[in-house]
Amino acid sequence: MSKPSAPGQEKRNNQRSVWSLVGLAIAMFGFAFALVPLYDVFCDITGINGKTADAPAASSMTIDTQRQVTVEFVAYINPGMEWTFEPEVRRIVVNPGQTQTINYAARNLTRHASIGQAVPSVTPGLGAQYFNKIECFCFNRQPLEAGESAQLPLVFYVDPELPEDIHTLTLAYTLYNAQPTATAQTQ
Amino acid sequence: MTDMLREQTEVEDTETKAHHEHHQSGLKRWLFTTNHKDIGSLYLMFSFAMFLVGGAMAMVIRAELFQPGLQLVEPNFFNQMTTVHGLIMVFGAVMPAFTGLANWMVPMMIGAPDMALPRMNNWSFWILPFAFSLLLASLFMEGGGPNFGWTFYAPLSTTFSPQSTGLFVFAIHIMGISSIMGAINVIVTIINLRAPGMTYMKMPLFVWTWLITAFLLIAVMPVLAGAVTMVLTDKYFGTSFFDAAGGGDPVMFQHIFWFFGHPEVYIMILPSFGIISAIIPAFSRKKLFGYSSMVYATASIAGLSFLVWAHHMFTTGMPVAAELFFMYCTMLISVPTGVKVFNWVATMWRGSLTFEVPMLFAIAFIVLFTIGGFSGLMLAITPADFQYHDTYFVVAHFHYVLVSGAIFSIMAAAYYWLPKWTGYMFDERLAKWHFWCSIVSVNILFFPMHFLGLAGMPRRIPDYALQFADINAVVSVGGFLFGLSQLIFLAVVIKCVRGGEKASAKPWDGAEGLEWTVASPAPHHTFSTPPKID
Amino acid sequence: MKNRQLIWGSLVAAMTLPVTAETETMRLNMTEGVTEVSQRVFDLHMTILYICVVIGIVVFGVMFWSIIHHRKSKGSVAASFHESTKVEILWTIIPFVILIVMAVPATNTLLAMEDTSESDITIQVTGSQWKWHYSYFDEDVEFYSLLATTSAQIANERDKRENYLLEVDRPLVLPVGQKVRFLITSQDVIHSWWVPDFAVKKDANPGFINEAWTRIDKPGIYRGQCAELCGKDHGFMPIVVIAKPQAEYDQWLQTTKVAQQQAYEEEQRLLAMEMSLDELMELGEQVYNTRCAMCHQVNGKGLPGAFPALAGQGLSIDSAKKLEHISIVVHGRSGTAMQAFGPQLSLKQLAAVITYERNAWGNSTGETVQAAEVQAVLNGEEL
Repeated sequence: MSKPSAPGQEKRNNQRSVWSLVGLAIAMFGFAFALVPLYDVFCDITGINGKTADAPAASSMTIDTQRQVTVEFVAYINPGMEWTFEPEVRRIVVNPGQTQTINYAARNLTRHASIGQAVPSVTPGLGAQYFNKIECFCFNRQPLEAGESAQLPLVFYVDPELPEDIHTLTLAYTLYNAQPTATAQTQ
Repeated sequence: MTDMLREQTEVEDTETKAHHEHHQSGLKRWLFTTNHKDIGSLYLMFSFAMFLVGGAMAMVIRAELFQPGLQLVEPNFFNQMTTVHGLIMVFGAVMPAFTGLANWMVPMMIGAPDMALPRMNNWSFWILPFAFSLLLASLFMEGGGPNFGWTFYAPLSTTFSPQSTGLFVFAIHIMGISSIMGAINVIVTIINLRAPGMTYMKMPLFVWTWLITAFLLIAVMPVLAGAVTMVLTDKYFGTSFFDAAGGGDPVMFQHIFWFFGHPEVYIMILPSFGIISAIIPAFSRKKLFGYSSMVYATASIAGLSFLVWAHHMFTTGMPVAAELFFMYCTMLISVPTGVKVFNWVATMWRGSLTFEVPMLFAIAFIVLFTIGGFSGLMLAITPADFQYHDTYFVVAHFHYVLVSGAIFSIMAAAYYWLPKWTGYMFDERLAKWHFWCSIVSVNILFFPMHFLGLAGMPRRIPDYALQFADINAVVSVGGFLFGLSQLIFLAVVIKCVRGGEKASAKPWDGAEGLEWTVASPAPHHTFSTPPKID
Repeated sequence: MKNRQLIWGSLVAAMTLPVTAETETMRLNMTEGVTEVSQRVFDLHMTILYICVVIGIVVFGVMFWSIIHHRKSKGSVAASFHESTKVEILWTIIPFVILIVMAVPATNTLLAMEDTSESDITIQVTGSQWKWHYSYFDEDVEFYSLLATTSAQIANERDKRENYLLEVDRPLVLPVGQKVRFLITSQDVIHSWWVPDFAVKKDANPGFINEAWTRIDKPGIYRGQCAELCGKDHGFMPIVVIAKPQAEYDQWLQTTKVAQQQAYEEEQRLLAMEMSLDELMELGEQVYNTRCAMCHQVNGKGLPGAFPALAGQGLSIDSAKKLEHISIVVHGRSGTAMQAFGPQLSLKQLAAVITYERNAWGNSTGETVQAAEVQAVLNGEEL
C-alpha cells in the first residue's frame, strides 16, 4: 500500500493476498492435470499426435473417384506379448470415401489364454483425423486361447476432406499385453 | 494521524525490546529465525554448498569425459551424475541463491521491516536441506539414484527407472513447495509492505524482476508438481498418462514438463536482470537507461515464456504449423531481451565508469549472457535445431546463460552487497583473482562445446568417438580450473565475514537504493519505521 | 612439493594412456551434408550465425568503446540522460525486422523438410535399448544393427580403432538419388534417429509412429548416433548408413534377400542336430556377455532394484520352469526392460544362451536347450 495502515489492516491485506496466491497455486496444479484431457481434445481435433478416434465412425456419404490415396499397414509387437501379429496386406490404394476392409492376422503362441490390445498410430499426424474406422479390432481388447489364431478386421475409409498435400497414410498398430500377469512386474 | 503513527512506533519499540530480550544465539537462532536477513544468509550459504556439491558432480562428469573410453565410472552412474548435477544446480544452487538475495534485499529496497510472512519464510528455507538430503540419499539406494536426466522424460522415468524414483518425486515436491511459499511471500511483501511513497514505478528493478519471477513461480511450479505426480502414479499406481498401452502418450509428458520448464529458465534469469540493472548504474554513476521499458521488457519476456515450450520438442514429430508457431514466438523473445542489453550498454555510455569486482562480473554477464542468447536464437530456428538438438551445442547454450549468466550475476550481487551484509569490505585483490580465473576458465569450459555440438557429439553420453577427444580434453581442463576458481570465492567470503576494512553505509559512491541508507552491516531490524520516499 | 609432483605426474600419465590409434581432427562447423536439405540447413545456420556475429560485434564494440573512453579514471563525467523513447522504438523495430529476415528462409526450409510425399522407398526404423532395427518395407529384408566396437576397446584394454563407437555390425544400406522415407518408432523408451549428413533427426516414440525423409546425393558412408537419453548405453547405439548407386544397391538388396533366406533354411536344416552341453556353453557365454551382461551383469548378479539376478535364483535354476525361461528370453516381459530376443538372435544362439544361464555361476541344472525347443516356443507349438 502507498499509505500507512493500521497493523490489523495490514494483516488482513496480507491474508487476502496470501489466500488468492495459494488459490492460484492450487488452480495451476489442477491445470497440470487438466492438461491431460486438454491434450487429448486438442489431439482429437487436430490429430497432431497421430491418434485416431476410439469409437466407430459412420460410413461416408460421398466417394471421391478423382483422387487416390495410398494406405500402408505396419504392425509392432511389444516385448512380452507372445503372439504373432501382422497385416495381411502391406499397402492398398483407395479412393477417399470408399469403404475398405483389411485384416491383421494374430496367433497366440503360448499355452495359456491371453488378451491383446492394439494401439493405433497414424502418420502423418495431421492425417489421423481423416482416417475413419467403421470397425476396428483396436476398439476392444482381443482375447485368444492358447494356440488360437484370428483374423482381426479393420473396416475404414479415408475422409474425402483429407488435405490435398497428403497422398500416403501409414497406419501402425502396436500390440500390447492387456492382461499383465503377476510375474510381469520387476522382481 | 501523527498520534496513530506515534502509537504504532511505541508499540513497535516495545515489541522490539521484548524481541531482543528473547534473542537466541547459536543453533537455535538459525533454526527458529524469522528474520529476513538471517533467512537470506541461510539460503545463500545453502546454495553455495549445493553449488559445490553439484560442481563436484560436474567434475566427475568432466573427469570421465577427459578421454575417450570408460575410465572412471559406469554409464549408469554417469547418468546419475548428469541427472543429479542438473537437479542440484537448478533447484539447489541457482533458485535458492536468488531467493536468498530476495530475502536479504527486497524488504530493505522497499523500506519494509521484514518479509510479509516471516514464519512461513523460515519453513520455506528449512525444508530445502531436508529435500536435498533425500535426493542425495537416493544415490545410495539399490538400483542407484535418478538417472534419466533432470528433465526425466517418460517412459525412461516410469517403466524403466530405478526404485529411487519415488524418493526423487518426493524431493521435487518439497522443493516445489519451498519455491511456491517463497514466491507467495515475495509477492505479498512487495504488494503490501512498500513504504509510503514507494510506488510501483519507483521500485528498484531487482524488486520488479523478483515480483514477476514470483508470479512465474506460482504459475508453473504446481505444473511441475503435476507432472512429477503423474510420473509417480504411472510408475507405482498403474495409471497410463505416458504409456501408449493404456491410451497415454509419452510426448504429452514433454508438453507438460516444458510448460513448466520454459518459464523455469526465465525464473532463473529474471532476477539476474534485476541485479545487473542495479550494478551497472552504480558503477557508471548514471541512472539506469529506460527504466519503464526495462519493466515492460521483463513483463513481456515473462508473458512470452508461456508460449514457447515446444521449442524443446522440435524433433518429437509435431505438425509443421505448430513448429512454425513455436519458432516465431521463440524468436520474438529476443526482442525484449535485446532491449534490456541495449539499455544496459546505454547506461554505461557516457557514464563515469569504474571497475570494481561487482562491475567486472556485471560486464562479463552482459557479454557472456548475450553470447548464450545468440546460441539460443540459433536453436530457435527449427530446421537448424534438428542438427543442434540434444547435442553439446545445447549444453553450451544453457551453460552460457546459466553459469556465465545467472551464476555470474549472483556473484556480482554477492560482491556488491557483501559490505552491507558483513560490515566489511572484501579483499579486492583476491576477488579480482576469482574474477579473472573464473572468466577465463568458464570460456575454456563452455565455448568449445559449441564446436563439439556442431561436429555431431550428442548430449548425455559417457564416451565418445575419437574425433571429439582433443576438444573434450580442453573442456575438462577448463572445468577443473573453473571448479578450483570457486574455492577462491569461498575464501573471499569467509575472510570478509571474519573482518577486514570497515564498510561505510554506502561503499559504492554511485549506488542508489534504500539499502544504502542503513548502516553496514545492516542492523538486525531495519525500517521498523517506514522511511520517507520522495 | 611432493604433492605437486604427484599431480603433474598424474596429469602427464593420464595424457599418455593408451587412447587413440590416431586422433582425427574434428570439424569445427556443422556438416554441409550430402542432401539438398542438409545443404539448406547449413546455409541457414551460417546466415543466422553471421547475423549474430555482426550484432555481437556492434553491441560489444559500443560497450568496449565505452569501457575505454568513459572511465572515471580518464576523467569522464557522467551524462544525465536516462531515457529516449525514439531510441527505444528504434532498437525494438530493427531487431524485429532482422528476425523477419531470418524467419523467411527458415520457414521455407522447414516446409521443404516436412514433406514426406512421393517417396520411392520406405524403411521402418525401430529403436530399442540399445540398438536399431531396420526393415525394408516392400522387401523381405530386415535386421538389427548393433554397435560393433568391442568392450575391450571401451574398457581401455585395447587401442581404439578408427570409427570407435561409430561402427555397427550391419549398416543400413540405401540407394543414392531416391527419396527414402523412414517410419520411426521405439520398442521401449524414447530414442532418436539422427544422421547429421542428412540433417535428419526424429524421435522414436514408443507406441507412436513418426516419419522423416531424405534423398542422398552422394554415395558414401554416413554415421550418426542416438539423440535422446535412453538409458545406460545411450552413447553406444550408433547409426551407420551406406549409400550406394542404384545398381549396386539393387544388387546388395538381392544378395541380402538370398543370404537371409539361405540362413533361415540352414537353420531349419540344423534343427534336427543336437549340440553338446560344452558347445552350447561356449557359444552361450559369448552371446550372454555381448547381449545380456549389460543388464544382468557378467557374473549373473543383475542390478538389485533394476535387473533381476540370474545366478542362483529364479527360473534359471528351476527345472519346472525351463519352458517359461525360454518364453521370456524369446518374447520378453511386458512392463519391464526385458526385450524379446526371439527376433534378434538365431535359434542356435538362443538355445546356447539359455543353456548358459541354466548352467553358469553354479546354477548347474545340467539341462540343455536345443534349437528345436526354441523354435517350438517361437512358433507356439506343443513340445
